[in-house]
Amino acid sequence: MHLTFNPIDVAALLNEVRGSDGGVCLFLGVVRNENEGLPTVAIQYEAYGPMAESEMARVARQIEEDWPESRVRIQHRAGRLEVGEVSVAVVAAAPHRREAFEACRAAIDRVKATVPIWKKEFHPDGSSAWVDPTRG
Amino acid sequence: MPLFAGVDLPEMRVNLLYFASFRDAAGLSEQVRELPEGTRVAQLWEAVAREIPRLAAFPAMPPAAVNREYVDGETLLRDGDEVAFLPPVAGG
Repeated sequence: MHLTFNPIDVAALLNEVRGSDGGVCLFLGVVRNENEGLPTVAIQYEAYGPMAESEMARVARQIEEDWPESRVRIQHRAGRLEVGEVSVAVVAAAPHRREAFEACRAAIDRVKATVPIWKKEFHPDGSSAWVDPTRG
Repeated sequence: MPLFAGVDLPEMRVNLLYFASFRDAAGLSEQVRELPEGTRVAQLWEAVAREIPRLAAFPAMPPAAVNREYVDGETLLRDGDEVAFLPPVAGG
């Protein structure tokens, strides 16, 4: 499963791609304590569950096609996360560091561009707002 | 296609899903809609935007999915389709 309501087990994810590869690259997205100058206390992640699953599977498949010797795993949290919690994890293994870095970078970029997940930020005064990356 | 001019087109039903800011704007998360056969995705969006003024503020049709796959506005809808117009995604 790519979408989870439970904390992401990064060690387990790393183990899934480990083999005889020369390089393993790990990206973690972490809930920040501010966004565009506004303090954030928590983020609620909402997903179009079945489509988020299939889109993350598609991203991983496409990355492994574009970097044929890579192996990629992606997990994303859903639900309410506090500051400091890991919201998304991408691991990419490849024979050399260059491919591992490239595959990992491309995977998180594609996840952010296409996977139907939304986030609502909660502020210290109790207000909240959906994040719109196309504005700003 | 109509068999005879002037005869109503047969209806079909699609299940329309709303997420995140669109759900807030619509005030619901799911809606069964009856549409004439031959309706395209962009035509459904026009109908939805007419009903929900906060969605009409959108400059163009947002990304759309039919049966959990991204589609373009020209896509023909079919009876039983699951349709969603997606607010700007913000994962990560």
